[in-house]
Amino acid sequence: MSNCIIPDRELMSSGHLGCQGCGAGHAMRFALKGLGPKSILVMPACCWSVIDGPFPHSSLGVPLFHTAFETAGSTASGIKAGLVMRGDTETEVVAWAGDGGTFDIGLQALSGAAERNEDIIYVCYDNEAYMNTGIQRSGATPAGAWTTTTPTAHPKEHPKKKMLDILVAHSIPYATTTSIAYPEDMVAKFKKVRKIRGTRFVHIFAPCPTGWKTAPEYTIELARLATESHLFPLLEVYDGERWEIAKPQRVRSVADYVKLQGRFRHLKDEDIEKMQKEVDENWERLLAKESLNSIKKH
Amino acid sequence: MVLANINRAVGPPWNVWSDQNDSLSQRDVGMLQVYCESNQEVFDTVLHSFWVSEQLMLPTMLVLDAFYLSHTCEIVEVMEPDEARAYLPPYEPKHFLSPDHPTAFGNLTAPDSYYELRYQIDRDLRRGIELMRQADQRFEEVFGRSYGIIEEYRTEDADLLVVTSGTITGTARVVIDECRDAGKRVGLVKMRLFRPFPADDVCRILRPAKKVAVIDRNIGFSIGGIFAQEIRAALFSAGIHLPVFGFIAGIGGRDVTPDTIHEIVDQTEHMDAPDQEVYWIGVKHEQLHHTR
Repeated sequence: MSNCIIPDRELMSSGHLGCQGCGAGHAMRFALKGLGPKSILVMPACCWSVIDGPFPHSSLGVPLFHTAFETAGSTASGIKAGLVMRGDTETEVVAWAGDGGTFDIGLQALSGAAERNEDIIYVCYDNEAYMNTGIQRSGATPAGAWTTTTPTAHPKEHPKKKMLDILVAHSIPYATTTSIAYPEDMVAKFKKVRKIRGTRFVHIFAPCPTGWKTAPEYTIELARLATESHLFPLLEVYDGERWEIAKPQRVRSVADYVKLQGRFRHLKDEDIEKMQKEVDENWERLLAKESLNSIKKH
Repeated sequence: MVLANINRAVGPPWNVWSDQNDSLSQRDVGMLQVYCESNQEVFDTVLHSFWVSEQLMLPTMLVLDAFYLSHTCEIVEVMEPDEARAYLPPYEPKHFLSPDHPTAFGNLTAPDSYYELRYQIDRDLRRGIELMRQADQRFEEVFGRSYGIIEEYRTEDADLLVVTSGTITGTARVVIDECRDAGKRVGLVKMRLFRPFPADDVCRILRPAKKVAVIDRNIGFSIGGIFAQEIRAALFSAGIHLPVFGFIAGIGGRDVTPDTIHEIVDQTEHMDAPDQEVYWIGVKHEQLHHTR
């Protein structure tokens, strides 16, 4: 995924309504550089419903259809079918949803679309809570994190839902994770998904300074730390069975990642050690999955 | 866009039979609403609805009763595709999603613009009364079938007008015939178009009568039947003082028989004016539980 040339053409303009240091803004900018202008975005309720700008403005150079929270997968399926009926098989329909609209509220419509192997791209930009509505926990919020609905006296108990595994279980042609800390990786993967047919799932790690209680200038550093600590590995899964996992050149501790964030400030050293142990175990499991590739039929 | 809504009761409790509370609870979303009596009318209304919706750029909900229409068989006359195309030419949308002219649809609209957009929906929806009338007239010219936006049945010289919608109308026709045979001056008014609400037509048709009995297969809790409410409001606004009797019947698929409608006609004939806002017909009082 290296040696990718990032296109100069900008399909996202300034004047959008993202917060300072918003990771979701980077996600959109580089996704569109990879996807190019022949794309239509389908947007359920999420931060980007607001970031794009109010009527009659839009900060994007591609058409955009706002839809209800739970319907990104089904709306995208319908728009794709409409384009095909009109004879347009070239334009990509891209569902662009946050983690709430993917992990929780939109899961049914997404699962339906994936099971039918609809010819759409589904993107989840993940900031690990309902940030747009005031930092309520979602199924993507990691255990231990503070949110307004999991206050420090009762931080989130349950681990982050393994969303990619759920998509992989649908045996879709391509599922991948990427991160705003690696724009070359993002652009290359979005160029790549355009060449694959069927349901494609892209999970982007996009930190949120407002909800994570972090300084805006740490957004990209945090995203990089998440990957380097094995907390958010960059990987690709083909046809639900072949796993390819990027190994970070330098490995950092979970503590380095956690200590920059206000949402984890209440954690004790033993809590962070527990997180580290869980991350290590997940990483081992991932490598084990990758090691099974050789025995798979091809 | 045309949405066919099969009228089913809403919970609680769970019920799969017919009443109109599902569609009438959506009466103010900006869709046209047309209530149909037969499957032929449903089929024909699909064409009317597309013709009107494509001009107004507002969706139409055509409404049919659960089970009475949705789960029964009726012979429906289907025209040739060429004939249908002559009535309803191919649609060329003014606005659509295309990378050639990027546009955001349905984005966040602040109070400085939302107000005007809602005003436009109200203004445009009102045009639907004349367009639905034209849709029906054009249809009659081509296919020989017409329903009107409101249908009048034996309303000439009627002292009492019974107002219905949906499949109850078919039963009511029989009752009206029987009443007329017995020398009663009773007529029937079938409400077909409900949104936009054809207030002028309602007033013109009801004005000559002495009493009106509205049969609602729906309930606006604490205020009565929804058709009755809107008819009363239209008459009041026009300065027409008519006793409007509101009857609730058929909710959740309770059978509305000729006897039910005879009971409604008899009760209305024997009273000068309603002494209640709403009359629930056929409530089994022995089944009622008392609230604490």
